[in-house]
Amino acid sequence: MTTMVSADTLDISFPEVDYLALAPLLIVFGAACVGILLEAFLPRTRRYSAQLVLSVVGLVAALVTIVMNVGEDRPAFAMSDGSRVDAIVIDGPGLFLMGAIVAMGVIAVLLIAERRVSAGGAFVAHAAVAADSKADAAQARHPGATEVFPLTMFAIGGMMLFCVAGDLLTMFIALEAFSLPLYLLCGLARRRRLLSQEAAMKYFLLGAFASAFFIYGVALLYGYAGSVQLVDINAAIAASGNSQVLLLSGLAMLAVGLLFKAAAVPFHVWTPDVYTGAPTPVTALMAACTKVAAIGGLLRVFNVAFGNSGNPGGPSLAWDWRPILIAIAIATMVIGAILAVTQTDIKRLLAYSSIANAGYLLVGVIALGQALGATLFYLVAYGFTVLAAFAVVTLVRDSQGEATHLSRWAGLAKRSPRFAVIFTLLMLAFAGIPLTSGFAAKFAVFSSALEAGQTSLVIVGVLSSVILAFPYLKVVVLLWLSQPVEDAPAVSMPGFMTGTAVTVGVVFTVLLGLAPQVLLNIVDGAGQFLAK
Amino acid sequence: MGTTYLASYSTLGFLLVLGVLVSIAAFAANRLLRTQAPSPAKQTTYECGLDPVGDGWAQMQIRYYVYAFLYALFAVESVFLFPWAVVYDRPGFGVTAAAEMGVFVAVLALGLAYAWRKGVLRWL
Amino acid sequence: MDTVFAPATGALSWMWLLIALPLAGATVLLLLGRRADRWGHLLGTATVGAAFVLGLVFFLQLSGLPDDARSATLDLFTFVESGSLNISAGLLFDPLSAVFVLLITGVGFLIHVYAIGYMSHDEGRRRFFAFFNLFVAAMLLLVLGDNYVMMFVGWEGVGVASYLLISFWFNRPSAATAGKKAFLANRVGDAGFLIAIFLMFASFGSTDFQTVFNGTAANNLASGTVLAIGLFLLLGACGKSGQFPLQTWLPDAMEGPTPVSALIHAATMVTAGVYLIARSHPIFSANETAQLVVVSIGALTLLIGCVIGCAKDDIKRVLAYSTVSQIGYMFLAVGLGGAAYALGIIHLLAHGFFKAGLFLGAGSVMHGMNDQVDIRRFGGLWKYMKSTWFTFLLGYLAIIGLPPLSGFFTKDPIILAAFNREGWQGWVFGGAALLGAGLTAFYMTRLFILTFHGPKRWTDDIEHPHESPAIMTIPLWILAVGSVAAGGLMSTSVVNWLTPVFGHTEHHEEKMSHWTATGLTMALVVLGVVIAFLLFRRGTALAEQPARTHIVRAARQNLYADRFNELVLELPGRLLTRALVWVDNRGVDGVVNGLAAAVGGGSARLRRSQTGFVRSYALSILSGAVVVVAALLVVTFG
Repeated sequence: MTTMVSADTLDISFPEVDYLALAPLLIVFGAACVGILLEAFLPRTRRYSAQLVLSVVGLVAALVTIVMNVGEDRPAFAMSDGSRVDAIVIDGPGLFLMGAIVAMGVIAVLLIAERRVSAGGAFVAHAAVAADSKADAAQARHPGATEVFPLTMFAIGGMMLFCVAGDLLTMFIALEAFSLPLYLLCGLARRRRLLSQEAAMKYFLLGAFASAFFIYGVALLYGYAGSVQLVDINAAIAASGNSQVLLLSGLAMLAVGLLFKAAAVPFHVWTPDVYTGAPTPVTALMAACTKVAAIGGLLRVFNVAFGNSGNPGGPSLAWDWRPILIAIAIATMVIGAILAVTQTDIKRLLAYSSIANAGYLLVGVIALGQALGATLFYLVAYGFTVLAAFAVVTLVRDSQGEATHLSRWAGLAKRSPRFAVIFTLLMLAFAGIPLTSGFAAKFAVFSSALEAGQTSLVIVGVLSSVILAFPYLKVVVLLWLSQPVEDAPAVSMPGFMTGTAVTVGVVFTVLLGLAPQVLLNIVDGAGQFLAK
Repeated sequence: MGTTYLASYSTLGFLLVLGVLVSIAAFAANRLLRTQAPSPAKQTTYECGLDPVGDGWAQMQIRYYVYAFLYALFAVESVFLFPWAVVYDRPGFGVTAAAEMGVFVAVLALGLAYAWRKGVLRWL
Repeated sequence: MDTVFAPATGALSWMWLLIALPLAGATVLLLLGRRADRWGHLLGTATVGAAFVLGLVFFLQLSGLPDDARSATLDLFTFVESGSLNISAGLLFDPLSAVFVLLITGVGFLIHVYAIGYMSHDEGRRRFFAFFNLFVAAMLLLVLGDNYVMMFVGWEGVGVASYLLISFWFNRPSAATAGKKAFLANRVGDAGFLIAIFLMFASFGSTDFQTVFNGTAANNLASGTVLAIGLFLLLGACGKSGQFPLQTWLPDAMEGPTPVSALIHAATMVTAGVYLIARSHPIFSANETAQLVVVSIGALTLLIGCVIGCAKDDIKRVLAYSTVSQIGYMFLAVGLGGAAYALGIIHLLAHGFFKAGLFLGAGSVMHGMNDQVDIRRFGGLWKYMKSTWFTFLLGYLAIIGLPPLSGFFTKDPIILAAFNREGWQGWVFGGAALLGAGLTAFYMTRLFILTFHGPKRWTDDIEHPHESPAIMTIPLWILAVGSVAAGGLMSTSVVNWLTPVFGHTEHHEEKMSHWTATGLTMALVVLGVVIAFLLFRRGTALAEQPARTHIVRAARQNLYADRFNELVLELPGRLLTRALVWVDNRGVDGVVNGLAAAVGGGSARLRRSQTGFVRSYALSILSGAVVVVAALLVVTFG
């Protein structure tokens, strides 16, 4: 993967490896591998605690090494002859994205590990057992698979790699590394097995379809630029005499693959079904961390390869792809917001809200370098809020498991006001009410997009966020004003882990709303992607 | 954005509309011109001239899949091993390269070990 | 004139306490929960009272400063700083803010006291005071912020708090709809405000008042930009203040909940829009068209409010539409610009007094009449509730503008100022304001006579209506004194006080003398009173009369505003949603429906339907990809 073959001499030299720069990735993937060993050789009863400790310790250690890397701005590999190997690039935004994924990953792991809310946890042992069969009924009585921990670690590691990959092939490997575990995790839900299996199958098929677009785009771009490195593609756009058809088709295909993961319209179709069917902790992981990874990848590709961010005044392809991306962003914001209005299932509602939020994030991508900091801020603000929201969803339960249909939530405030206050706060943050992180994030993204001259996008964004506020408020009204239904679901007391997830999410939502400056300083300090 | 710039997008719109119209026209013409004589035989799945047997949704033993998977794993591993073997003795490679390939093989072995412990390799 | 704000000195550097006190009250009440049930209402009242005292202290200190330096800014911390975007959390205390601070804390304090009595049996009293404190804090932030973003933060805070207040104390089934309507109208307005803020940021690179006003005054902006900023600000103001075309939510929000919540909205929240326009006066003064739109909306709304007020039989509804109409007067005034800015503010203050008195009086009547609200079911009450009757009388005389009560000193100058606008506009807007005064006299007289005089038309369950307890009547008396005296006292002093904000008055050539206008107004008012008296002195029929004319029919239907909104705003949205949902269900998303059936019907069916649906998902992705590729290629090579 790191060796390059130059055609005439076949002279291959060994690169210097910066192990500190690689340490976060090595730790997370290493922890995942050790997790598999534990799974294979530890007695069943001790696996759960060992896996949980290993995952959390691994993620925290990765976070420490990410912090140790702050200020670095270079590729992790250096050739002795000075030529560029950009397989993995450690730069400010990359480190920030990795840090965000790991920090949210810790919360997601806590949610995944929760076993006190429902007996045996949210997962079953085998994804592929036919739903409602005898074997399926049998496995419902046992605690779930502890394989979810290494799978989650692989997914988190892949997402981290996706954000720091400096060439398209590494990026593709990262894409698969985080997608495959997610496909499997989606199929492991303890309740409503059929929905869960269906979600996994759909996500897998459509994900594979999108990956094909991605790799085809990579091939076309290689044909155009003679390299898969983002910086080389950028250089080739200014200098290459090759056909523009290769470049533009390649760009389009690549974008389709990336936009699929980011859930932008019209590549969003999988999102509602998969978010609904997947076990809620996994949905939380996808909504928070996968969103960061997908948008992080989009940001790096469009800034470094197609936006000429290293030389903002120079020739750039932005004039060509911007209108298309603008159309997609507008469609994503508007359709996501409108379809959210009629949803009757809380997970589905959050799925459509996640689509609309992808649109707001795309506004940041379109505005390129100027909006980079604001987009990073948005990712963190949205991520923590959505983690807390899904954590709360796991707590509202009746005899059938989670009660996700909104009609079941009517009047819950009367029975558990504390829960209702928390969820109301989260909904207000989604709606972008000031003094919550949602407002600060939207304001930052929109104002920097405005600075970049994207006035029409900002106006559509503001208007669609007005529409989007409505479904959130509908939930609030439902919680507080409606009469509770007969045999209304109860809100379980959260265990330590879910409690932590909710608390952290709420604290971030409030803190980033009251004093966004702290995080804004960090994202400003992260600077730009390493382009040259 | 100048008018010519926007005009180039109207070309796109025109092209899309045209594409949709052409396909609609083709299907409509087909529907109008063809003769209609439905029979059960025409509804059956085409399988090289043979009559199809059973349901299209046949189940097969999942173990075949696992074995195929494990096989592909090692086949791919050897693809990576050959180029590595060619450059292994060049200056600057040596021990580091050996260690790296060791890690690579170990990761794959890890998967095999897991499969073995989980009893996948036993044929019931 | 360059706008320069001086930094805060002395006691004024403590002005953050104004917001912090009620905010702390709300936090304590919410966090302590049931433990605070016994003394929560006292704490809530005390924080607002303390804020009022502080406001007075700051007011006195501000008045001690020289005329040209009568303002104080205080930078608290940097809220957002990213690139060239720099927003500080800063406060501004100038004569305009001072007036609003005193109004909000003063009236707020009285309502708190009244609510101690009114809510004494309500188990949610502590929460009510918590949200009320939150509301006051947000309102204070709104009028104290020194840039538009801080103002917007307060603006949204007010919205959320009012939403909570409306929602929690609904005692009618129509409740939820009204809450939603309020929220939607406000969101439309808020979006306008937000877009205006972004436009300011795009044109001036900043959103603080000083930079924006000086930038507008420097006159190097395209007039279209100023107009756009002005109109979007106006949209925001219309949403919050219940002006045309967003007026329908306001009466609904006042009809449902207790008089207390109604009052909060009548006396404080709706003034936010007037504040926004008065505060942004340099922007509106810089653009004639923007001003004209404000004036037109004010004139239109005041007429709409009056006409609908004539046709309603619900005591709080009539008062609610009268609020809509009076705010129309304020918009008219601040739209006229120049000297009329101060007139709008004075009318706002006077209105705060008499409308508060009227609403509390209505609450007191309902309290004694088993929560009856239909004025056809009152009559002859003056004998049974003397305090309420007399204070209500004073409020009524003040609102119709009888000299020397406050309405006379505040409404007549607005009518005069409208007449003195140049050209045909003077006649149109002056005429509208004049007509409004006559109509106000008519419907308020109708309300007053049907409630307190004439034959008794009570429902059978009432034998002896009783006067309310002292804790409710004392605020009534205080407010009544205010309605009587406030106008005369304020008319010159407040104008002078506000001079540093709005600048000195330029004297226009007057088209109509002061006396002619007053004479005309009084004549119309007397006419309205007499007609109403003749029509209703013998009471009225108990059942609703068939509407004989189109005007009556239209007025009973709120001038078709709801239907208009439905047609223009809701219907396209609903159709769009329905269309999208249909596409989503058929083409892309049928699985939701499919699943409900499939889960019951077993996996066999699902297996087949599933592939079909994934295929259509894939089709969506494929066609998206085709369009993206085609767009890039065709545009480059086409």
